[in-house]
Amino acid sequence: MVKFVESEIQQLRNEVYEMWTLVNSQMELARQAVMNMDRNIARQVLVRERRVDAMELKIDGEVEDFIALYTPVAIDLRFVLAMFKVNNDLERIGDYADGIARFVVDSDTDRVDENLLRVLRLEEMFSTLLVMMDDLRQSLMDEDAARAASVIAMDDTLDLIKADSADVLVGYARSHPDAIALCMGLAGVFRKLERTGDHLSNIAEDIVFYIDAKVLKHPETSGTDRA
Amino acid sequence: MEKIEAKDVNFYYGDFHALKGITMEIPQNRVVAFIGPSGCGKSTFLRLFNRMNDLIPGARLEGQILIDGNDIYSPGVRVDELRKNVGMVFQRPNPFPKSIFENVAYGLRVNGIKDRKFIAQRVEESLRGAALWNEVKDKLNASAYALSGGQQQRLCIARAMAVAPSVLLMDEPASALDPISTAKVEELICELRSQVTIVIVTHNMQQASRVSDKTAFFYMGEMVEYDDTKTIFTNPRQLATQNYITGRFG
Repeated sequence: MVKFVESEIQQLRNEVYEMWTLVNSQMELARQAVMNMDRNIARQVLVRERRVDAMELKIDGEVEDFIALYTPVAIDLRFVLAMFKVNNDLERIGDYADGIARFVVDSDTDRVDENLLRVLRLEEMFSTLLVMMDDLRQSLMDEDAARAASVIAMDDTLDLIKADSADVLVGYARSHPDAIALCMGLAGVFRKLERTGDHLSNIAEDIVFYIDAKVLKHPETSGTDRA
Repeated sequence: MEKIEAKDVNFYYGDFHALKGITMEIPQNRVVAFIGPSGCGKSTFLRLFNRMNDLIPGARLEGQILIDGNDIYSPGVRVDELRKNVGMVFQRPNPFPKSIFENVAYGLRVNGIKDRKFIAQRVEESLRGAALWNEVKDKLNASAYALSGGQQQRLCIARAMAVAPSVLLMDEPASALDPISTAKVEELICELRSQVTIVIVTHNMQQASRVSDKTAFFYMGEMVEYDDTKTIFTNPRQLATQNYITGRFG
């Protein structure tokens, strides 16, 4: 491939990494905000959300330019298609971090019962998500499709924690009627985190598609090898 | 800074009005691509920049073409001096029936340079600049015809660059080359941009989009649109440009 096309690809890759770092730190801040009901940290997330949106638009524009100017094929085409989708998934994850932070800012609760947090396994849910994000980023950097695919299984943990959280929150709300609003807000947090896991699974599929030309999504109708 | 300026240029082949009122500015050290269907006037316009159309019977120019602010059609302008400053590379590689070394040295010798050391140094610099040195350094005395088509084209670029022009005109420089040679020529165009202003005519729209900073679309002797290449290929202002680059006509 000619050098200048290679350098365009590297530039796009670097920008996706930058977006990744930004969104990762948004989710980490959202974790700190909700675990400690810290409104100052939550407000930081809200302010930085604008950067996530701006970055998404920038990468979208660069993908459009790259396709229009360089007419990529084969692995270059899969790369640019994958980065386009990864970018959109990262932006949605940024939205979820923003939504979690907004819950903290709007809540009139200063702290959440530690026992409730422990039973809900909220910390574990955040940790799992952040590990998934790190693993996927590394798999993209190393072009390691197997590592990317392995992340998809971790989504099951998130689904399980989220499913369990419903009963816990309903039970807690029954015994603490003054905490109904808090419980509804926390249910929203779990929903957002579970959706974040879905987006991370999408990203894993996109990375596998880029590296191995394999379609992992909708295995009952697809799963074909494009190589 | 504008390197080349065309001011209301009209050009005629006898009664045929080949270029119609073209005004454009080409910035220094940029690559500008001319695209358009066959017969649209893009090559005719390119060839005006080093007066290659002067000897065509019945040809007539109206308007002005300025390079570095000087009208190149003014009386008193020496065409040989102009062509030293404005080099040209053609569609088919056209090396002279001489050695590789002599092909590149030719322009220096006809300009009266006799210093052998200087000529050898300039030949090496030009061949390196054309990304050809490593392939030919051990056979500089071999015939230029022994080179592949892609190498011959890069040799022609080295020959043009040897006299240190400030403008390089390229008329479909890669249309006769295979994809690998084409990629090398395109890479070379991007590298030469820091030294010269390049104007390239190409039928290959992908080539225009890959290598150029600005693109002009010509149709039936008119310049329909001239803008940043990114704009032309993502959001052209004119419907005719969009139809051409999307393959709907032309």
